Amino acid sequence: MADPELVRYTLDNGLRVVLAPDATAPVVGVSVHYDVGFRSEPEGRTGFAHLFEHLMFQGSESLEKLAHFRHVQSSGGTFNGSTHPDYTDYFEVLPSAALERALFLEADRMRAPKLTAENLANQIDVVKEEIRLNVLNRPYGGFPWITLPPVLYSTFPNAHNGYGGFEDLESATVDDCAAFFDTYYAPANAVLTVAGDFEVDNAKKLIEDHFGDVPHRPAPQRPSFAEPLPTTELRGEIEDAHAPLPALGIGYRMPDPINDVDSYLAYLVLAGVLTDGDGSRLQQRLVHREPLVVDIGAGAGLFGPFEARDPDTFTITLIHPHEVPRERVLAALDDELEKLAETPPSEEELRKVTARWAASLHSEHDRLVSRTLALGSFELLYGDASLVYRLADRMSAVTAEAVSAAAKALRPDARAVLVVKPASEGNNEQ
Amino acid sequence: MTSATHRSAEEIGRTARGPRPLPPLGEQRAAADLSHVDTTLANGLRVVAVRKATVPLVEARLWIPFAGDDALHPATAEVLAETILTGTARRNRIEIDAELALIGGDIGAGVDPERLVLTGSALAGKLPTFLDVLGDVLTGATYADEEIAREKERLVERIAVSRTQPRTIAREALQKHRYGDHPATREVPKAEDVAVVTPEQVRALHQASVLPRGSVMVLVGDLDPSGVIGELEKVLGGWASDRSAVRLPPLPDLTGPSVLLVPRAGAVQSQIRLSAQTVPRTDPGYAALQLANLAYGGYFSSRLVENIRENKGYTYSAHSGFEFTDGTAVVNVDADTATDATAPALLETRYELGRLGQVPPSGDELESVRQYAIGSLLTSTSSQAGLAGQVLALASTGLGLEWLNEHPARVAAVTADDVAEAALKYFAPKRFTGVVVGDAAVLERKLLALGDVVVGEPA
Repeated sequence: MADPELVRYTLDNGLRVVLAPDATAPVVGVSVHYDVGFRSEPEGRTGFAHLFEHLMFQGSESLEKLAHFRHVQSSGGTFNGSTHPDYTDYFEVLPSAALERALFLEADRMRAPKLTAENLANQIDVVKEEIRLNVLNRPYGGFPWITLPPVLYSTFPNAHNGYGGFEDLESATVDDCAAFFDTYYAPANAVLTVAGDFEVDNAKKLIEDHFGDVPHRPAPQRPSFAEPLPTTELRGEIEDAHAPLPALGIGYRMPDPINDVDSYLAYLVLAGVLTDGDGSRLQQRLVHREPLVVDIGAGAGLFGPFEARDPDTFTITLIHPHEVPRERVLAALDDELEKLAETPPSEEELRKVTARWAASLHSEHDRLVSRTLALGSFELLYGDASLVYRLADRMSAVTAEAVSAAAKALRPDARAVLVVKPASEGNNEQ
Repeated sequence: MTSATHRSAEEIGRTARGPRPLPPLGEQRAAADLSHVDTTLANGLRVVAVRKATVPLVEARLWIPFAGDDALHPATAEVLAETILTGTARRNRIEIDAELALIGGDIGAGVDPERLVLTGSALAGKLPTFLDVLGDVLTGATYADEEIAREKERLVERIAVSRTQPRTIAREALQKHRYGDHPATREVPKAEDVAVVTPEQVRALHQASVLPRGSVMVLVGDLDPSGVIGELEKVLGGWASDRSAVRLPPLPDLTGPSVLLVPRAGAVQSQIRLSAQTVPRTDPGYAALQLANLAYGGYFSSRLVENIRENKGYTYSAHSGFEFTDGTAVVNVDADTATDATAPALLETRYELGRLGQVPPSGDELESVRQYAIGSLLTSTSSQAGLAGQVLALASTGLGLEWLNEHPARVAAVTADDVAEAALKYFAPKRFTGVVVGDAAVLERKLLALGDVVVGEPA
């Protein structure tokens, strides 16, 4: 993909700005990425980063409760926010006439959010409902993103549940919110991205008008979340009250996503060689030839690649029938990794993976919301939004030997295996 | 908790300058007209091809009416969808996947009681290869015995997973409660039916029902609309039959029997699913109905969401929206709530239904849903995939790209009286039927006390 126009600069208060003009459709995307995710929340406050994300929608100095949603939607736009291991994003996609409104809304809550006890109590209830919906009341809820990290990691930031325990959520206070905001939601700790249909000079002026007087506060020192690699196979087991079939989540450590991009990309290509499409190694063998599993997938990151700094997780997840012993599945997996470690994949295997990646990057670029968010998260994590446009080429340059080396590094004695057991065989009504 | 000397929440929430006014909207540019062709091939397949060259890809959707009244039809259709891409006379399963992968492509198949849909995409420069694979599958899928056998096993296991999902359980209960044993209710086949499906039955179903006449193909992307029609005539020329694809028998109009409380012992959360008859996009009153629905529960700033989520915290997800089935439409209201909040949530849900007719949206509330309807159409059709989905939804009910282009003007012309009329006519609480799936031991007494609720398994 040819590099489209990209303008990057920093306001006096430290807010980094990425502008990506594109007039093909009369719509515009605006996002703000804050450099704090659930790995930064303190012990006793699991789920706080996500709870705080909810609160940021509940009003600010110029906006009553509910006004944010109403102003976005009555301008014809859509909005959302999401909390990741290392960042939290907020975004709007709107008809281009509403650009200034979106900037106003984001600036107002960056400057002066209303953090009240009433809104906190209400959003604790909403978040608990979200957790019931997405985790507690469904099969394989939170698998593997909540359940695998505590097996693979030993330190609180990496291991804990980012959705949070109910007790922790309930004990959150308004003062916690104030401290969290003052520490992490400084303009110097954020990236503003505008993509779509606008004039660069006009956008720059509007951004200065709305964000220019958000006072500078120093960005917090970013902690290292590094911890040693496992030196043995770590095993964990959970019971799932709703799951009808056993599942396995296998987690491995990966190269540093930020400082060793090309090695990281080799793991992504490996994931494709292993499980992308009917012709992939594990689909062919484990799903169709032997067959040992119902479904299998491999990938980088707990939510997807390019979402986190070091340490990041390479995961393989699978669901298998009761009668297939899990050790047989693991042995077949290790055998396939061994083969790749000994003999690098063919050029055609690589081209299949990289062509699909190229197409999916085009497709992501075509959806304004994902384009806006990708530019913002790459600026935040990598200090370089334009890397988004070079990913396809960097991925195509991954060699068969690098993929082979990645397979070799996925060793049984340096991984976590999470076993998901259906709670009651034959009775899954609970 | 992290910063030793931080400001208080009160200090954070105010500045010396004080609250600021909301900036006005700027000038809105209209979306560019897209060149397109909407035509029917010699084999009876309707094709809508749209040029939208934002990225070098093409998105493809093929919609084939696929109803059947045979008791084994849902299972056979599901096995067909799972195996249609597992081999042809020219390519085996792995060769199909490899050929698509090398062109950055994908094809997937999904089926429901109404239709079979093939969804795919590929790099635009490789469109001929993509269409060749697609044509090969449509005319030459072989359904090898061993592929059928393996996919049946996986399907049985997946059905087991699916039947534990609260949303699947609630959907099945709703379908049975509102439509009895109409073929439309058979969305997830029975595992025991899948087990007895034979390869011969799947091949026979392909012969009988994977038909071009009455079906629709949508192509959106970096393509030449007229040129691609010629290409399709060549590639799909061999896909032919005198018969037409099989449409679902008409659904009966909903008349609103009582809400059914379906017991799910020990559930921590309940599913509320209400439903009432409305009118489809072809109805002259649709735009007003669309705005009434948005105001009720169709977007986040709606009365329902503000009430039961933002004010009361009963739910994370509350929503109302249309379900279109072959020329008819219903409006569905969905909310998942904690067991304790279920009865109050149903009460508020019904209250808001009644209030919509009695105190209809006007003024700012009406302008908000109007702008949202127009703006969200702009944003949702700004990508190739989004536009392909929209055009398919329209084309499958006989409409075309013109409807999409004209719809903003229709929405702009809706009056407050039109919305009030639609609200009163379609959102009256007693028109709604539905189910609540949850822990009946805890819920029964309070829900029965609300009235118009009965307990039991769906008929």
